[in-house]
Amino acid sequence: MRQLLLFIIIGITGLTFIGRLFYLQIYSSGDQNLDDDNAIRKVIDYPKRGFIYDRNGKLLVDNQPSYDVMFIPREVKPLDTLEFCRLLKITKEDFINIYDKAYAYSPRLPSVFIPQLTKEDYAALQEKMRKFEGFYIQKRSLRHYQTTIGANVLGDIGEVNNAIIEKNPYYKMGDLIGKQGVEISYEDILRGVKGKKYIQKDRFNRDLGPYKNGIYDTLPKQGKDITITIDAKLQEYGELLMQHKRGGIVAIDPSSGEILLMVTAPSYNPNLLVGRARSKNFTKLYNDSIAKPLFDRGLKAQYPPGSPFKVLNALIGLQEKVVTTEDQFSCRMGYYLGSRRLTGCHAHGSPLSMNDGIAQSCNAYFANVYRRIIDKNGNPSEGMDIWSNHVKSFGLGNYLGYDLKIGNKGRIPDSDFYDTWYGENRWASTYNISNSIGQGEVETTPIQLANMMAAIANRGYYYTPHIIKKIEGQTIDKKFTTPNYTTIDKENFEPVVQGMFDVYNKGTASTLQVPGIEICGKTGTAENFMKINGVQTQLTDHSIFVAFAPKDNPKIALAVFVENGYWGSRFAGKIASLIIEKYIKGEITRTDLEDWILRYSLEHEYEKPYSGESFGINRNSTLEMVDEAEYQRLKEQLKKLSS
Amino acid sequence: MVEAQKYFKFDWITIFLFFLLVGFGWLNIVSASHTGENIDFLDFSQRYGKQLMFIFFTIILIIILLAIEAKFYERFSSVIYIISMLSLVGLFIFGKNVNGATSWYGIGGMTFQPSEFAKAATALAVAKYISDLNTDIKRIKDQISVLAIVAIPAMLVLLQKDAGSTLVYGCFIFILYREGVSPAYLLITLSVIILSLFSIKFGVLGTSITIILIVLAHHFTRKRKPLLIQPISVVLISVSICYGVKYFFDNLLPAHQKDRITIWLSLEKDPEKLERMKKTIAYNLNESERAISSGGLTGKGFLEGTRTTGKFVPEQDTDYIFSTVGEEWGFVGSAFVVILFVLLLMRILHLAELQKSQFSRVYGYSVAAIIFMHFLINIGMVMGLIPTIGIPLPLFSYGGSSLWGFTILLFIFIKLDSERINQW
Repeated sequence: MRQLLLFIIIGITGLTFIGRLFYLQIYSSGDQNLDDDNAIRKVIDYPKRGFIYDRNGKLLVDNQPSYDVMFIPREVKPLDTLEFCRLLKITKEDFINIYDKAYAYSPRLPSVFIPQLTKEDYAALQEKMRKFEGFYIQKRSLRHYQTTIGANVLGDIGEVNNAIIEKNPYYKMGDLIGKQGVEISYEDILRGVKGKKYIQKDRFNRDLGPYKNGIYDTLPKQGKDITITIDAKLQEYGELLMQHKRGGIVAIDPSSGEILLMVTAPSYNPNLLVGRARSKNFTKLYNDSIAKPLFDRGLKAQYPPGSPFKVLNALIGLQEKVVTTEDQFSCRMGYYLGSRRLTGCHAHGSPLSMNDGIAQSCNAYFANVYRRIIDKNGNPSEGMDIWSNHVKSFGLGNYLGYDLKIGNKGRIPDSDFYDTWYGENRWASTYNISNSIGQGEVETTPIQLANMMAAIANRGYYYTPHIIKKIEGQTIDKKFTTPNYTTIDKENFEPVVQGMFDVYNKGTASTLQVPGIEICGKTGTAENFMKINGVQTQLTDHSIFVAFAPKDNPKIALAVFVENGYWGSRFAGKIASLIIEKYIKGEITRTDLEDWILRYSLEHEYEKPYSGESFGINRNSTLEMVDEAEYQRLKEQLKKLSS
Repeated sequence: MVEAQKYFKFDWITIFLFFLLVGFGWLNIVSASHTGENIDFLDFSQRYGKQLMFIFFTIILIIILLAIEAKFYERFSSVIYIISMLSLVGLFIFGKNVNGATSWYGIGGMTFQPSEFAKAATALAVAKYISDLNTDIKRIKDQISVLAIVAIPAMLVLLQKDAGSTLVYGCFIFILYREGVSPAYLLITLSVIILSLFSIKFGVLGTSITIILIVLAHHFTRKRKPLLIQPISVVLISVSICYGVKYFFDNLLPAHQKDRITIWLSLEKDPEKLERMKKTIAYNLNESERAISSGGLTGKGFLEGTRTTGKFVPEQDTDYIFSTVGEEWGFVGSAFVVILFVLLLMRILHLAELQKSQFSRVYGYSVAAIIFMHFLINIGMVMGLIPTIGIPLPLFSYGGSSLWGFTILLFIFIKLDSERINQW
């Protein structure tokens, strides 16, 4: 025993050590990966974010340097806090707060003291910087907008949130990522790829030089520039026309599906969402639940389309051969089933054939056509589905597949829809006759209507609308260059196009003609309601207008939607004519329309539901002008735009 | 022919293990001390260069040690001991203060640490005394004499603030036990250690009550009841040890040692304070454990340890050299080093038991016990198993004095052992 004791103790010690080694190195082994190794400093090399150009090569978005004031708490020496705080425009309490927070995080690691200084603040601070030991400036790159328009299209970038960091390991805390618009759609292309440098450090956190002479380092890949399909001038013009109104405009080049302009009103200056002010301004915009400046009405405003939808019914009627261009229907100020009036109508001649039906927007005419389509085989279910498929082939009733992240499906009912609503075989065409005139269960968004116009302009096909025109060194998605065909034969389009031409010639938009341009269009109104104190209250109709031009070889198709603008040619139609003229001619001859649009405001209309008083709508509402100073300001803006 | 035979009678296994450890140690010193990409092994301004030089002189030293007659060591052990003790005393007058300890002589640019040699001298003296025909180690008088031989260097190094080396001298209790003293000494030592730790960790009151309960239970379950004085004195002594240790810990122990024990026994409950301690007093330990841990199964490879290169672990080429092994050679390399030490120690013990002369046996036992204490304390400390005590890892750590001290210690025994073989 006396001989064995030390032997045994040595053996036990050896085993204990190996056990401990096993625990440390295998059971709970840590940071073997270079990226987790805190003896290696990882320096991220941020690539330049790609620029954004408009279709004519005008630079819309580039980058600007911003300056973060950084500091290492432990290295901060006593300083003239009063002067320092004055330079940074903060209070002494702020200073102490930031300092304590960072110290608690780590006294040795760098923290952001004040992020994203403006150039002016930076200039003032820079001269004095050497007086503040422990502080230094870190340059970052922020977006810089060369324009004040197109916020909804261009979007913005902001700090990446935790949900994304968890899903995508590329992003790290504090990285910037696209938040809206094309910045989010083309994030992967615009952002480039971060580079990474590994630097060996010592225990005092000092750099010893590149780790392994930089063999693991990667260079950043610069972001690619993109060109978008937007015509910046046209966009700016559209936004100007929409001042003091709410609504959206979407214009598409039918020959390519390129979105020429996409206005939502009210909008905001994209420069509001840059840098230090972003979160404050974003919250403000986000919280405006009345004007909803962040709500893109061009993409998301989903309403019954009203009369523009009638042209589809005319097309389907011809395709299904239930009506000819010569067939006439009479209208007794509405469509009657027996003695019951199913839809009203306005005063115009009667009976009408297709051309006049479209030009005069006769409700009774289309109620007849619609019934013939649905009841074609005596089976409303079958008729309904045929009708529904035709309508859907125009890109309605589902997401269009354009390259922006927001939108709505709209709604195009089919037989299943009514079966669940009324029960199988318990409904007939008269149950949903409102669909004939674009009311009832049919709902669309402005971009869908603009796309529908493009399909009609092309006489039977459309390209999926898109915002991307060119990506540096790369082709765009093939789905944007492949035509989608509608279920309507080419020859059936001519009479309908002619009808829409006559809308301008002699119909509901005859006052909106633009000399020298053959425009085809269709007016529309959409009834709309709002709950005020729990009571469903009708508001003034939305003014809707769809058009394309020129009649042959069309260059532009568009949909204009003005909230509570009343009848179609009152606001939306004027704007449509102006946009078309601006795009095709580059200058405006109908300055009377332009003046009118700038002069009149709908803001009083928007205030009505919040006034707490009873109010009149439609014909009982009056128009109001903007005051003279504002009018002059708008004129001034207009002048700047055309120069 | 006889001459030639003589050289082959050295225990080559021990010598092989020695060089394996020294060589592997040097590789790790290269890792821990190099400063740039270009490593010139013969650059004597660098620590790895110096260590290579030390190793070279070690070989000369070994030849000299083995050339000297074995009888010399026995005959002159007292002289060697006295000279060694004088060199320790001389430190109080001529010593150079390095890092708060006055353990070095400075001669020119070189430093020399006599305490590294005192261990071998003490082992020789103890072996000499015990093997003396007039000595009966079971006698209290002789036990006290041996205690004095050991206590003199132990106290001297303690006064020079080298508490680690003092602890090493505690290993002589194993030799005494081997040579026949009562196991009670071991048991009492063990009991005092346990009592001390318990009273620091769980408080004096709790420990005292536990002792009383145990003693009472033992007393009343015994068939032949001894006088009441016996359990009472056991309790009194134990309780006073508890209070004494606690008082010592709270009021007399230097602050840094107290903090090390606080960390080791996890006495600090306040997480914020603990976090601060990890960055200050326990910084070394924390970084050392992280470096070892980061090695994983096979390590990052020679010269590839990022924490070693970044010098995250202070003293990494001396006391904390084992963390370099852990980081660069991983579990495989570290376990290999542990096994090498265990083999070396067991080999020495085995040889010691084979000795015919009691002097050689006691000396051999001392060699094993001294190296074992270093091994236990150093690696235990680097891995956080025992509180931080500054002490080099034999044959591994950077430093000429340490390397030569252990070389002398070990090769005197190899020489003594060769005589045993020659006697056949």
